[in-house]
Amino acid sequence: MKRKIRVLVAKPGLDGHDRGAKVVARSLRDAGFEVIYTGIRQTPAMIAEAALQEDVDVVGLSVLSGAHMALVPKVKEALVAQGMDDVLVLVGGIIPNEDVPALNAIGVKGIFGPGTATQEIVDFIHKELAEPAA
Amino acid sequence: MAPAQYNTVAGLVAGLESGNRRALARIISHIENNSELAQPLLAALYPRAGQAHIIGITGAPGTGKSTLVNALAGLYRQQDISVGIIAVDPTSPFSGGALLGDRVRMRDLAGDAGVFIRSMATRGSLGGLAQATADVIMVLDAAGFQRIIIETVGVGQSEVEIASTAYTTVVVEAPGLGDEVQAIKAGVLEIADIFAVNKADREGADRTAMALQMMLHLGAPDRQQTMHHGRMLPVSLPPDIAPDRQWTPPIFKTIATQKQGIEALLAGIEDHNRYLAESGTRQWRQYLRAATELRMILRDALLERVLQQLGEEAISETVQAVAQRRLDPYSAVRQLLEAYHHRINTA
Repeated sequence: MKRKIRVLVAKPGLDGHDRGAKVVARSLRDAGFEVIYTGIRQTPAMIAEAALQEDVDVVGLSVLSGAHMALVPKVKEALVAQGMDDVLVLVGGIIPNEDVPALNAIGVKGIFGPGTATQEIVDFIHKELAEPAA
Repeated sequence: MAPAQYNTVAGLVAGLESGNRRALARIISHIENNSELAQPLLAALYPRAGQAHIIGITGAPGTGKSTLVNALAGLYRQQDISVGIIAVDPTSPFSGGALLGDRVRMRDLAGDAGVFIRSMATRGSLGGLAQATADVIMVLDAAGFQRIIIETVGVGQSEVEIASTAYTTVVVEAPGLGDEVQAIKAGVLEIADIFAVNKADREGADRTAMALQMMLHLGAPDRQQTMHHGRMLPVSLPPDIAPDRQWTPPIFKTIATQKQGIEALLAGIEDHNRYLAESGTRQWRQYLRAATELRMILRDALLERVLQQLGEEAISETVQAVAQRRLDPYSAVRQLLEAYHHRINTA
């Protein structure tokens, strides 16, 4: 059977605006991914734990509160601490341009702001996870 | 990709033995994906399993199954009993994707090493969800979890099959989801070892509980039955069990969001667990499970072998003939089997 791509969609931190995360989760499902949706107010430890148990290929974080520079590095650290440094980490939400280099530097590969077409995210995941041609 | 030691059967099994959760998660993925490692892994882990008590939680969407699982698992943890959870949600038949959202209601269990939650999509593979789920249950069992709770959406045949792989099946009802007759339709009564009427603070909870009670008072069937691959199969009762020792499903009222009635429900599950052991029913169920499992695997293996031998083209030609009514399906199968035997005898 063909391997399914599994994606965790989570909202770290305290803001409760999950409309965007749900739209993305739904679009990823419609693109044929298995999406594990964990809901709002997740701690970095909870997100890393869920990512491990669900053995996901991708972790998508939605942050609209402006706390991304505090939260995203902690999630990434928690993932690495569990040996999940290979997981593709994406961030969506309101991320000012000046923060992008710093997030890229800690290994966040994709950053998607408001107005991103969901297909763009789907294509990005496919491209990043494509097995190198044997 | 994952660390190299998790790409071998030996590495994964060693990881599981040392309690590594990443190894456990990887093993489940191998099985879900039916990778090359799946069968060797299952073979290596099978002897380690067989200790856990397996609890199925089923019921219509919206009855509060996930919240109930959250509350039950939390209570087991207070008693220092480890819990593995498999939450099954449907795969979209259109995209092949799935949205698995049961973890949203299980957040109380986060950060506890005695709990492992895995979401599974139904996927709709050949051989079916029931087999994949049974395999994942076995892996959690081999990993040493003492109770395994499997939550399924209680609609459709495959869910009934999953429920029949559990030792104790809890059917969750809630008031206000249709009249009382809905609650007692055939199929639900037969698979339930325990009923939970959840959302018991809602109007109509007493009526729902009473309707179940009345059905049960009409008398337990001599033998419980379940549909399996379109055939009725007896389950759960060994043939020589005395009538006065038969199990009558208890009904518990719960309010899962407020963790009310959960102690009684858990005690009921453990009562049933003891009953299974003392009455000899557990061994009987184990035998039936093994029989079902073996037939299922054998059927799939044979099917795969026949399809491989005959090739895609021959099959689709025959399918065309049946679709266009030039051939009836029974004759078609007979011809295919004859062709298969001819092939292997001349090979």
